[in-house]
Amino acid sequence: MSARFERFTGTMAPLPIQNVDTDQIIPASYLKVTDRSGLASGLFCRWRYRDGDPEGERNAGFVLNQPQHQNARILLAGDNFGCGSSREHAPWALVGYGFRAVISTSFADIFRSNALKNGLLVVPVTGEVSAALFDAVAADPATRVTIDLESRTLSLPDGGEAAFDVDPFARRCLLDGTDQLGYLLKQAAAIGAFEAEHPSRLDTRSA
Amino acid sequence: MTSASTRTLFEKIWRRHLVTAGERGLPATLFVDLHLVHEVTSPQAFTALAERGLIVRRPDLTLATMDHSTPTDPSIDDAKLRVLDPEGSAQLDQLQANCERHGIPLYAMGDERRGIVHVIGPELGATQPGMTVVCGDSHTSTHGAVGALAFGIGTSEVGHVLATQCLLQHRPNTYEVQVDGSLPEGVVAKDIILAVIAKLGIGGGTGHVFEYTGEAIRALDMEGRMTVCNMSIEGGARAGLIAPDEVTFDYLEGRPMAPSGEAWEAALEDWRSLPTDEGATYDRTTTIDGSALEPMVTYGTNPGMAIPIAGAIPEDRTIEPEKRASFLKALEYMALEPGQQLQGKPIDVVFVGSCTNSRYSDLLAAANVLRGRKVADGLRVLVVPGSDAVKRQAERDGLAQVFVDAGAEWREAGCSMCLAMNGDQLAPGQYAVSTSNRNFEGRQGAGGRTFLASPLTAAASAITGRVTDVREVLS
Repeated sequence: MSARFERFTGTMAPLPIQNVDTDQIIPASYLKVTDRSGLASGLFCRWRYRDGDPEGERNAGFVLNQPQHQNARILLAGDNFGCGSSREHAPWALVGYGFRAVISTSFADIFRSNALKNGLLVVPVTGEVSAALFDAVAADPATRVTIDLESRTLSLPDGGEAAFDVDPFARRCLLDGTDQLGYLLKQAAAIGAFEAEHPSRLDTRSA
Repeated sequence: MTSASTRTLFEKIWRRHLVTAGERGLPATLFVDLHLVHEVTSPQAFTALAERGLIVRRPDLTLATMDHSTPTDPSIDDAKLRVLDPEGSAQLDQLQANCERHGIPLYAMGDERRGIVHVIGPELGATQPGMTVVCGDSHTSTHGAVGALAFGIGTSEVGHVLATQCLLQHRPNTYEVQVDGSLPEGVVAKDIILAVIAKLGIGGGTGHVFEYTGEAIRALDMEGRMTVCNMSIEGGARAGLIAPDEVTFDYLEGRPMAPSGEAWEAALEDWRSLPTDEGATYDRTTTIDGSALEPMVTYGTNPGMAIPIAGAIPEDRTIEPEKRASFLKALEYMALEPGQQLQGKPIDVVFVGSCTNSRYSDLLAAANVLRGRKVADGLRVLVVPGSDAVKRQAERDGLAQVFVDAGAEWREAGCSMCLAMNGDQLAPGQYAVSTSNRNFEGRQGAGGRTFLASPLTAAASAITGRVTDVREVLS
C-alpha cells in the first residue's frame, strides 16, 4: 500500500550530478535482501562513506553528510535521475532514508514508475527552475519549497509557482493512498475474456 | 502520425495486447505473454501476493531462472555457497520455494537449461515475435531482437504480472534508429549500440521504444541483434525492437518452446504480418552510417561516454558548461584526463560475458582472436558463458579449450562480473575491458573502472594487457 501524499513542505538536499544511476542510489551488493529492510544504510553508500561501507568513515563533503542538509526530505538532482537498472530497491532506499520527493529536469522511465508506486513523488521541472532551486539552496540551505500534488504545483523560493506533470493515474493513487494492484485485480473479468480470445502459443512448462 | 491503415511494429504488438485501452489519463491494461523471473527482484513480489492471499495467475506463461548472484566458480557447490554467501543462498532458496508453491517452472542450479534470463529466453524459443515479454530486469529489452515488445519492470510490477498477467502502461512513443551501410572489419553489433548511445545520449530514448532498422541491422545474426536491443535501456529506451525476418525464423525453428508442425506454419504467417508497414511513421527518427563506424570503447562512468578506439577522450572545453562538472567527476573516478588516448592504457582484468555478450557467437569471436595466443602476463581474464547450453556447446566445439590454453578462466554460466553480486568483482582502482553493458561507478566492484567494448576488443586487449584496437591484432 502506498503512503498518502498530498502536500509537502521541506528543505532540499542538492545533488548537482547528471545521470545518477540506480547503482549509485543502491549498489548491487544490497540486492540480496528478500524484504525491503536495511536499504536506507546503503543509500548512496559509495558516495556517503570513504570505502562505500556504512560502518566506515563518512565523506564529509557528500551532501547527505553535511549538517545543513541532515533534515532534507526532498532530493534536488541533476538530469536523468535514476537511469540504469530496474531495481525497485532504489526508491525503497530513498523512502527508507526519509525522502518524500525527488526534483529533477528528467527521470528514467523505470525509476519514475517504481518511485510513484512507493509514495516517492518525482517532480520534473524545467532547466530554468532547476537552476534557480540549486542557486537558492546554495545561498540558503534552509530554503523551503512546497510540493502540492493535488494542484500539481511547486512553490518556489522567490514566491512564484511552477506547474509539474505527473501521471494522472499515479497521482490519483497517491492522493487516495491506494495501490495499483487493487485496480488491476478488479479487471479480472476483462482479463479472463482476453485470455479466452487469445490462446497462447507458449507453455513454459513444456521444455 | 501513422495513418489508420499503416502501423509500426510497435503499434501492432501494442494493440494486440490491450485488455483495456486506457482513456482519460488512465493507463492501458496490457496482457503479458511471457514473464521471466529471477532471484533478485522477485522475493518482495511473491511476499506481496502472499499478504493478499493471491495466486500466480499464469504459471504456464512464467519462467524462472537463477543467474544474478549465482557463483561461476565450479568448485562452489550449494553447501559451500551457504557458508560463503548466506544471504545470496537464502535468496535462491526463496525463489525455489516460491516457484514450487506456485507451480512456476524453475531452472535451478545444476539444471542444464539454466542461464542468464536474457540468454535462455531466446535460446529456448520462449521469446517469439509479436509477444509482450517482461522481467524484473532492465535488460529485458534484449528479447526485442526477435520482434517482441520486451521491457524491464520493477518489483511492484512483477507482483502485478504474477497476480494478473497484466501491466498498467501508458503508451510510449516510437523512435526509429536506422543504421545504414555495411560494417567495416572489426566492427560488430556492440560497436553499433555503443555508437547509438554516444550519439543519442543515455537519456535520449526516455519515453520511447526504439525500432532498429537499416541494412546494417538486417545483416546482423540473431545474437548480434540481441546485443543491440540489450543496450536500448542504456539509451534510455525501455524497449528496442527489430522486425522479424527469415533470420529470426531460421533461429527459432526447432527450439524447444517454439511452435512446431502446423502451429509453426500458422505462427509464421502471423509473424510475417508484424513488420512496420510501408508509409508508417515514427515519433522520432535518427540515422547512422554503419560503414563509417569504428570499434567503440567507453572512457567514463556511463555508457554514453564512448569514443572510437583510435580516438581521444574529449577536451573539457568541448563539453557543454552544465555537463562539465559531471564529465570531470567521471574522469576523476576513472583517473583519466581530458584529451587522453585510451588505446594502450594498461588494464588489470578482461571480462567476456553478461546478457550483452555471452552467447556462442560472442565467445566464438573472442576465441578466434585468442586462438594460439596467450593472455598478457599478470592479466586476469574471465570468460563466463551466458547459459549452461552455451557452455556445453563451447566445450564441445573446443572454444573452452582455446580460452583455457590462452590462460583465461573458463567459468559457469551467470551474470558474474557484470554487476558483481556473486563475488566476481574488480578490486578498487583496477581497470577492466568488459563486454558487459554498464560502466557506472563501482558497477563491477567498489572502486573498479570499466571500459565497455565488444568481444573482439576484449580479446585483443587480453593478449596485450592494454586497451587494444582489434584491427591491429587481426591485420
